[in-house]
Amino acid sequence: MTLWHLILLASIAVLAIKLLGYAVPPALFDAPRPRRTLELLTVSLLAGLVAVQALGQGEALVADARIPAVLVAAGLFAVRAPFIVAVAAAAGTAALLRALGWAA
Amino acid sequence: MDPVRRAWREGVSVVVATSAYGLSFGALAVASGLDVWQAMVLSMLMFSGGSQFAFIGAVAAGGGVAGVASAAMLGLRNALYGMSVRRVVDPRGALLPVAAHVTIDESTAVALAQEEPRARRVGFWVTGVGIWIGWNLATLGGALLGDLLGDPRQWGLDAAAAAAFVGLLWPRLKGRQAIAVAAASAVAAAALLPALPAGLPVVVAALVGVVVGLTNVLGPRHESRMPDPGGPEHRHGAHERPGPVGSAGVEHGQEHDREGGA
Repeated sequence: MTLWHLILLASIAVLAIKLLGYAVPPALFDAPRPRRTLELLTVSLLAGLVAVQALGQGEALVADARIPAVLVAAGLFAVRAPFIVAVAAAAGTAALLRALGWAA
Repeated sequence: MDPVRRAWREGVSVVVATSAYGLSFGALAVASGLDVWQAMVLSMLMFSGGSQFAFIGAVAAGGGVAGVASAAMLGLRNALYGMSVRRVVDPRGALLPVAAHVTIDESTAVALAQEEPRARRVGFWVTGVGIWIGWNLATLGGALLGDLLGDPRQWGLDAAAAAAFVGLLWPRLKGRQAIAVAAASAVAAAALLPALPAGLPVVVAALVGVVVGLTNVLGPRHESRMPDPGGPEHRHGAHERPGPVGSAGVEHGQEHDREGGA
């Protein structure tokens, strides 16, 4: 599969899932168990993505400037900073640490 | 203030904040090996921030097929939003697919935070359509800029992607069950990283959420007392609705909690 195929496949899948929300009878997912499972699936995916994005380099685990950057962002989210501020602060932290040569 | 004007104002502020973040998506997409058009197709057609970042992250690591799976699984929450939004927005005919397409964290949060039916519709459409336009413009800007930036690491864009996932996760960490699932999934994904092909660790670690969700280990006991799903307001369901992106959305969630408790 080329990159274009993957892009179209993933996009159509996400779009189809959105349409599904308007098409299925609400009762199907409105019970506690499916609702909870979908919510925890999202939590699980996001937490896994945080770990892989913060520590992964190819198929290796590395500790570099991303770790302090993510901690800065988490601190800002904890005090209710706006999303874009926390994300920009993380980027700035990593960029600064690398520019100073303090972290890889 | 007039509730409809308030919905407008809240919608526009969420649109501006969220769209700005599209810049980093555009730049990272190009750094991950996509061209400008491919980044644009993702923003126009997929149009779901978390899924888009998950997809390009997997592509950058060389695991495109797993990226499709992660994007789709992360997109499942939008179906849940759709079930709530259609009660308050009630789109008909040709508007229905449009409404579905712009049903994302932010538009759902702004719509459900409003108290009057008309304000809810206004909040939904202003936020959803506004972000679609802003997010795509920002993606284009970021993708064009990304070509000039060179190494994205120099600008900390790799850290920005990790931080963005933290921001999406943060409002969902309510209660020990969610926190335990998040911790276990993060450890599992990191531990599997050296062992599995790129992209798969995240997908496999997501089984933690599914298993805990189905068995309700560590869960609250009174969850079986759910309100009538067909009810027009469905407020208790909204309590469980995951937090949206950004602190603006988090505040909406709390407003809703107060409203529901009243």
